Amino acid sequence: MPLDLSFVGRAWPPTEPYIVGREKIREFARAIGATDAEYHDPEAARAIGYADVVAPPTFPVVVTMTSSRQIIDDPDLGLDYSRVVHGDQRFKYSRPVVAGDALVCVNSVDEITQRGGHDFITTRTEVTTVDGEHVVTAWSKLVQRGQEQS
Amino acid sequence: MTDLPPQTFRVTRADLVRYAGASGDFNPIHWSERTATQVGLPGVIAHGMLTMALGGRAVTAWAGAPDAVVEYSVRFSRPVPVPDTDEGTEVVVSGVVKEVTDDGLTRLTLTATCNGDKVLSMANATIRKR
Repeated sequence: MPLDLSFVGRAWPPTEPYIVGREKIREFARAIGATDAEYHDPEAARAIGYADVVAPPTFPVVVTMTSSRQIIDDPDLGLDYSRVVHGDQRFKYSRPVVAGDALVCVNSVDEITQRGGHDFITTRTEVTTVDGEHVVTAWSKLVQRGQEQS
Repeated sequence: MTDLPPQTFRVTRADLVRYAGASGDFNPIHWSERTATQVGLPGVIAHGMLTMALGGRAVTAWAGAPDAVVEYSVRFSRPVPVPDTDEGTEVVVSGVVKEVTDDGLTRLTLTATCNGDKVLSMANATIRKR
């Protein structure tokens, strides 16, 4: 079943704040094998001008993947998550995520297209602090593979 | 400015388990052979976002600053199969400088391969050197 095109341009209410923990950043950095001192040691992060450890560039997905379920779990959209693969990912940063940030996400749908029996949906998540400071914008393109495909 | 020389990253099943826990992405195609093959994959595959993270490591190491990246985008063009062996598999990331702008930004195009296949395409990073 094709995706509901009326979702294009729709935006959802801001999510509850996600409080970024120092140990979560360290855990994520360890999981990707990133040993830079600024990801692990608050003193090293302060030395380059941050209040606490900074997160690696792809860390925001920890926050945005959960928040964007607002969109993809909406039954009216018609997305069958068992047929979904991650197509594209893009981040545009104002600054890195820092431990102690309270991050709010506003999700919207930028585009829905169909090609070759597959459906494509591009979601956009604006990530700001609770005070409204922009941190990062994340775009994800998900591909729902056609049912005749294995 | 010099290009980003090839960097090799080893990826094992243990890495996928660790990444699943750290990222919260528990999609079973990243840990269950049964599920992966049922949906037509060659076997358990790495999280695309783990491959993107390895590319991010290569870029920040090259830039010499963990906070240098101002924009980063990829397309996941092929899966990264991770066999259940001690060796796992390898992802090789390299990059070419495309542009250095007047306002101090450097645009890189990245290449990531696994077993010779391009696993990322349209992979670009923009960095601001300190």
